[in-house]
Amino acid sequence: MSQSLATASYLGATILFILCLGGLSNQETARRGNIYGIVGMAIAVLATIFGPEVGSSGYGWIIAAMVVGASVGLYAARTVQMTQMPELVALMHSMVGLAAMWVGFANYIDPVVAARLHGAEKTIHDLEIYIGILIGAVTFSGSVVAFGKLSGKISGNPLLLPGRHFINLFGLLVVIYFGGQFLDVESISNGMMCLIVMTIIALAFGVHMVMAIGGADMPVVVSMLNSYSGWAAAATGFMLSNDLLIVTGALVGSSGAILSYIMCAAMNRHFLSVIAGGFGTTGGTPAAAAGGAQPAGEVVPILAPETAELLRDAKNVIIIPGYGMAVAQAQHTVYEITRFLRDKGVNVRFGIHPVAGRMPGHMNVLLAEAKVPYDIVMEMDELNDDFPKTDVAMVIGANDIVNPGAQDDPSSPIAGMPVLEAWKAKTSIVMKRSMASGYAGVDNPLFYKENNRMLFGDAKKMLDEVLLALKG
Amino acid sequence: MPLTIGVPREIAAGEKRVATVPEVVEKLTKLGFAVQVEAGAGDAATVSDDAYRASGATVVEGAAALWSTSDIVFKVRGPLPEEVGLLREGGTLISFIWPAQNPELLQQLADRKATVLAMDSVPRISRAQKLDALSSMANIAGYRAVIEAAHHFDRFFTGQITAAGKVPPAKVFVIGAGVAGLAAIGAASSLGAIVRANDTRPEVADQVTSMGGEFVTVDYEEEGSGVGGYAKVMSEGFQKAQREVFAKQAKDVDIIITTALIPGKPAPKLITAEMVQSMKPGSIIVDMAAEQGGNCELTEPGSVVVKHGVKIIGYSDLPSRLAKQSSTLYATNLFRLMEELCKNKDGSIDVNMDDEVIRGTTVVKEGSITWPPPAPKLSAAPAARPAAKPAPAAAKPHGHGKSSAPSSGTKSAVLFAVAALFFWFIGAGAPPAFLAHFTVFVLACFVGYMVVWNVKPALHTPLMSVTNAISSIIAIGALVQIAPPMDGSLDRPDGWIRVLAIFAIVLATINMFGGFAVTQRMLAMFRK
Repeated sequence: MSQSLATASYLGATILFILCLGGLSNQETARRGNIYGIVGMAIAVLATIFGPEVGSSGYGWIIAAMVVGASVGLYAARTVQMTQMPELVALMHSMVGLAAMWVGFANYIDPVVAARLHGAEKTIHDLEIYIGILIGAVTFSGSVVAFGKLSGKISGNPLLLPGRHFINLFGLLVVIYFGGQFLDVESISNGMMCLIVMTIIALAFGVHMVMAIGGADMPVVVSMLNSYSGWAAAATGFMLSNDLLIVTGALVGSSGAILSYIMCAAMNRHFLSVIAGGFGTTGGTPAAAAGGAQPAGEVVPILAPETAELLRDAKNVIIIPGYGMAVAQAQHTVYEITRFLRDKGVNVRFGIHPVAGRMPGHMNVLLAEAKVPYDIVMEMDELNDDFPKTDVAMVIGANDIVNPGAQDDPSSPIAGMPVLEAWKAKTSIVMKRSMASGYAGVDNPLFYKENNRMLFGDAKKMLDEVLLALKG
Repeated sequence: MPLTIGVPREIAAGEKRVATVPEVVEKLTKLGFAVQVEAGAGDAATVSDDAYRASGATVVEGAAALWSTSDIVFKVRGPLPEEVGLLREGGTLISFIWPAQNPELLQQLADRKATVLAMDSVPRISRAQKLDALSSMANIAGYRAVIEAAHHFDRFFTGQITAAGKVPPAKVFVIGAGVAGLAAIGAASSLGAIVRANDTRPEVADQVTSMGGEFVTVDYEEEGSGVGGYAKVMSEGFQKAQREVFAKQAKDVDIIITTALIPGKPAPKLITAEMVQSMKPGSIIVDMAAEQGGNCELTEPGSVVVKHGVKIIGYSDLPSRLAKQSSTLYATNLFRLMEELCKNKDGSIDVNMDDEVIRGTTVVKEGSITWPPPAPKLSAAPAARPAAKPAPAAAKPHGHGKSSAPSSGTKSAVLFAVAALFFWFIGAGAPPAFLAHFTVFVLACFVGYMVVWNVKPALHTPLMSVTNAISSIIAIGALVQIAPPMDGSLDRPDGWIRVLAIFAIVLATINMFGGFAVTQRMLAMFRK
């Protein structure tokens, strides 16, 4: 295959990738979009393997490596639970990061490349390697920590070292200094030293950055790492002068960046303040210290049969799922209840807050897994106006996203965050394990509202009881 | 010393309600109050004196005795002049007052150095809903209006196919979808009628639908929500369009129920004599605004008249016709107000003028008239908010140096300047090969930006997993390093490079296959 043919194939692959992302704009075309992506990837890989840059001596190695990778990948994809999607995605980001690192190192020690380049081109190329490895390393270690946090292997609470911003700043300065050194050195072994020091700092930085961010900010972190893995690919593209990598990396990078932005907007917080971490440090203690006024009133607990009663008498029901539903794996029971009520003519809909769960769109995937039709799953803006004529708003394992304090209480740490106005429904039912405050450490005045009922217990267990009571 | 609440018999003609019922007496006693009821007060609402006694109230013979021994008097209707004379100097009165229509009454009460809380002046905020007696009464009135209409209407409400032939369903048109209107819509539709409704406030359309009615729109652009969730007076153009709609409906429907009221103004005349004339003989109009002059030109308040073959019901005592029900709800509203007034549950009251609810309700405070209250802060209609927001922004001047308004303009100008400087720097310093790649990179960022904004939030997780799969394109970087074409002259550390590249390929392939497969799996789950 000639160079021109390979380039043309790359162009085709690029277009297919763009179509792939475009296809995701709605559910009907999404599957076709994914197929475009697969075809594009197949074209790109085959064109590379049979292109002029890979000699036939490498085929054996390539096939072996790809078979191993493919089987691991397919196995993981088949066995993963939908509730574990955030972990899986984080883990996969780490692989892209690590791959980018290896490619960078391999490229650096390859004399063939170095021999071709001189002067400014050489400097730029070295800089590309340096940046590529830097981003790759941050993506890798950050994603590994994110994976740990999402899968519960590491505590979700933010870890705050004293003077953490100074540590990061210092790390950055060292990285810049070694970057300067790296561009100046002549021999590969000297340059390698700079690269390795930088890599270690970058790895530490990735760990430190994600450690400082708490559990519920994970949607931002996961999409940010998604973005980084794209930039890492783009940097590799520059390094190898490969436009396909640049374009694809840029697509992925900007997609992740937009997602991060959307998530931040949904929390009414600045991207930098999320990344700086440390939000919700008070953890489980309802924070009077956080400045929120202590809500007055009584909490009215109810039991499953009464919940069933309320649901049976309702005409309009909105269910608001949160991370608690994912933890309890309650989505299937939720769907059973939904189906039962819908058969009775009750208008049941789902209200999804953009940051509900641990990654963007997490709740939608869980509900889809439980076979909830996607046309009754609404976004926050689509049904926030409908709460006043809703009979029952059922909040399952969510807290901060239904906190009226975000609208009423300017001193609340989450003031200004858009929330689902569950308290405007005639009755709201909050299912929670206990009265503990949510991730933001803010007490929730919703619990004390006169029209609110609390159903305490594990979401799955309580919903099973509700279902039983409904059918009984 | 706990205060004594006195409940006299209502003496207004035809008034059957009473301001407290035995269930509520018990609750008031728990708040620490002593309750006394005039003998026979509950007779018209079928509550006997014995029932009051059993609940802990004292029964007092004669209005004069009751008024003179009560610190707080609960009433339904505003006091008649002779009752004002009975009110103790400095006493407290809680009842409907309608201060806008009855300034003399207000003045007389002020002269008695009284404190008066008007149940018709409770502010319409969500916290005050439980003491909103107007809503409780309107709800009952709306229901009763339909029952009265059904009583006078000589056909079924519901359509039926019987052995003796087909019966068409009655068509009901409700004007004004406030609490009363909605109650009427609900009652009429549960009787089986076809119900249509109209309101000047477009945001109530959904509420109408939820009660089983069909919302009839007036094709004219004007927002009708006034302060506090009430309607306001509309423009002439709107009224004309509205009359056309009503005229059309009048020809078609069997029953018209009008509930249109504007606070502090006579009821708008919505149904003209011609419209009545155009209605089918035997049709019914229930004019719930009769007391405020009526929405129909031919209404005679307080009675039923037949004009052009159409019965026009102008009862102004609809809630009183369900005396037991309205007494119970009204008594509960009063009890909720007492809860607000008596936070310590010690049988004393504190008319706290800093409390928005109490401030709004109090029309006379210790002899000085405090009506009208300051304007309520919020409109109950959420739909109005987005419309209001852009207005102040648009009002600010644009493009003037000192004004803070064009800050977004300045920001983007700075942004463009920085970008321009950056591009100049790159263009000046970088070799052409790099620039070509850089061009591709920047354009790709823009394409990504444009494409990804269109992705639905519901598909964000698949988006992440597919972009993740796509980012395993990094595999190409590793592929080209495994066995590049050699020129042989260089000493290439093949072993090292190959190990690194193979690792990278494995990782990227895991990602590639795993990512696409899991995306496919997820997308297959989304179904309608």
